[in-house]
Amino acid sequence: MATLEVSGIRKSFGPTHVLHGIDLAVEDGEMIVIVGASGCGKSTLLRIVAGLETPSAGSIRIAGREVTALEPSERDIAMVFQNYALYPHMSVAQNMGYGLRIRGLPRPEVARRVREAAALLGIEALLERRPKQLSGGQRQRVAMGRAIVREPKLFLFDEPLSNLDAKLRVQMRAEIRRLQQRLGVTSLFVTHDQVEAMTLGDRLVVMHQGHAAQVATPMEIWAKPADTYVAGFIGSPAMNFLEGRLAEGGAAVELRAGPVIRFADGPRPGPDGLPLIIGIRPEHVILAADGLALALDLVEPLGSETVLHGSLADGEALVVKLAGMAPQDRTLWVALPPEMLHVFGREDGRRIEPLRAG
Amino acid sequence: MERKTVFRGMTLPALLLLPQLAITIVFFFWPAGQAVWFAFLRQDAFGIRTSFVGFENFADLLADPLYLETAWNTLVFSVSVSALSLSAGLLLAVLADKQIRGAGAYRTLLIWPYAIAPAVAAVLWIFLFHPQVGLIGRALNAAGLDWDYRLNGGQAMLMVILASAWKQVSYNFIFFLAGLQSIPKSVLEAAAIDGARPVRRFWTIVFPLLSPTTFFLLVVNLVYAFFDTFGIIDALTKGGPAKSTETLIYRAYIDGRVNLDLGSSSAQSVILMLVVIALTAIQFRFIERRVHY
Repeated sequence: MATLEVSGIRKSFGPTHVLHGIDLAVEDGEMIVIVGASGCGKSTLLRIVAGLETPSAGSIRIAGREVTALEPSERDIAMVFQNYALYPHMSVAQNMGYGLRIRGLPRPEVARRVREAAALLGIEALLERRPKQLSGGQRQRVAMGRAIVREPKLFLFDEPLSNLDAKLRVQMRAEIRRLQQRLGVTSLFVTHDQVEAMTLGDRLVVMHQGHAAQVATPMEIWAKPADTYVAGFIGSPAMNFLEGRLAEGGAAVELRAGPVIRFADGPRPGPDGLPLIIGIRPEHVILAADGLALALDLVEPLGSETVLHGSLADGEALVVKLAGMAPQDRTLWVALPPEMLHVFGREDGRRIEPLRAG
Repeated sequence: MERKTVFRGMTLPALLLLPQLAITIVFFFWPAGQAVWFAFLRQDAFGIRTSFVGFENFADLLADPLYLETAWNTLVFSVSVSALSLSAGLLLAVLADKQIRGAGAYRTLLIWPYAIAPAVAAVLWIFLFHPQVGLIGRALNAAGLDWDYRLNGGQAMLMVILASAWKQVSYNFIFFLAGLQSIPKSVLEAAAIDGARPVRRFWTIVFPLLSPTTFFLLVVNLVYAFFDTFGIIDALTKGGPAKSTETLIYRAYIDGRVNLDLGSSSAQSVILMLVVIALTAIQFRFIERRVHY
């Protein structure tokens, strides 16, 4: 159990810059999920924390100890790999006890701790088997067992659930979270799956092109995304983006699609005519008889709800999620509630907060 | 996916098999059968009379101290060649497996010795180790060492072992490199995170995972040392000095081709045949039982 401080981590592979200065402070017992599309640098960051890659600049501190120059073996961490990386020539018990034996623990002590960890994970019956005799879910548990048996300062998870089928993934997700809370081990969890990220993390790090686009709790990220990337990445179906310009001295936006909407939470800084992006989640769009015309081109019924794809009068696409069954019309009349709008600058994509909270 | 073709009748499949079978019969079963038959015969010195002697040729061989010495030589030679070429091949493969600049060129260069004919390899080693013309041979003598592999049996043995092992290193290198590359990188990373340093990692993870490859190569190397080193020995030492580098295969050749003792030579060939059959049987048995992955 320990804190983790990542400061100013940069990484380049030759001329390619993968990480552009990542800062992160993880508290004792916290579970941080690093989420992003493939190629955003999230796995590289995890591997740098593990010591499997050397950062080009910056430092890593685990429990206040500077570990940037240390080998993985000296960092007192455990990692669960995407392909589990079990030792194929060892039994489950040997796999789990390997790290302890390396540390020179006496045999009975190793056996005792392996049995305890196995009991915790419900794999006592598998201890004598080889990895190839196990199913995917069982291998996943063994990999977890190998991590927890060492009682490390830090758990690292590198997309550990992506090789499992959908049902097992949901089950293991809950199991990992329960286990982590019970053991109280500080954890970093890398995933590309936003649902995993939202459900597992105390806080999320949304990575985009080597930057940490936002570090916040899941609900904060959902409610107040820091930029258009985060806004579009978190939430399903993805947030709608409409072009507009600042109007009425900052108190309203004039959408390209027509209407002028006054901000519910106060005026935004900037001159009239400032190009904006207005975001609204599909589930926040409401039906309104006097609203905008939305010409539908695709209806996806999901049972409890319906996702409707269409375009506004100016050709901009808009996705709407409605509770219940799909309406039969080809045209829908919708409105965008002002209190549900997210305002971003069109130039840099950053969120623009109101001048005064209101 | 295996595709099975079903033939109607026996004629076409028999025809398709014929060339291979003909070659095997003419170049293997026929001479092998003759060797087995000759092993039970004895001819007089002029090749005029031939008589059936049963197992006498074998009994004579096994009672001959020189033959037993040759057998011991062969054992020392084969084990040394295998051990040396396996460890060198493994070492080079481990080094080549690292991400280094120019790894491709390095690998290509390491594979070259395999493409060299045994006699050419032997000449190369003569150029290096000949006491009067060899680079290293002269240097050794200049340094005060009494180096002459043509007179010193131990030195001669060392030389044929080195040359034979050198020739086989490439082969082992290729297989070990392939074996190393099939070990998932994340398994080694997991071991590193588990606290194992590189040497420990090698002996507890890499080496056990390579064991099927190692075993296969061990058998191949033993067979190579037993049979395929004839060219190197013939070109370097001709079994000398004083039979100190004579292996079983070399003696079978000397007795049969030079001394024209066909009976004894055939008996020796039959013994060698039994050895190679045993080695092959062991190999097949164990290869089928490889447990990892």
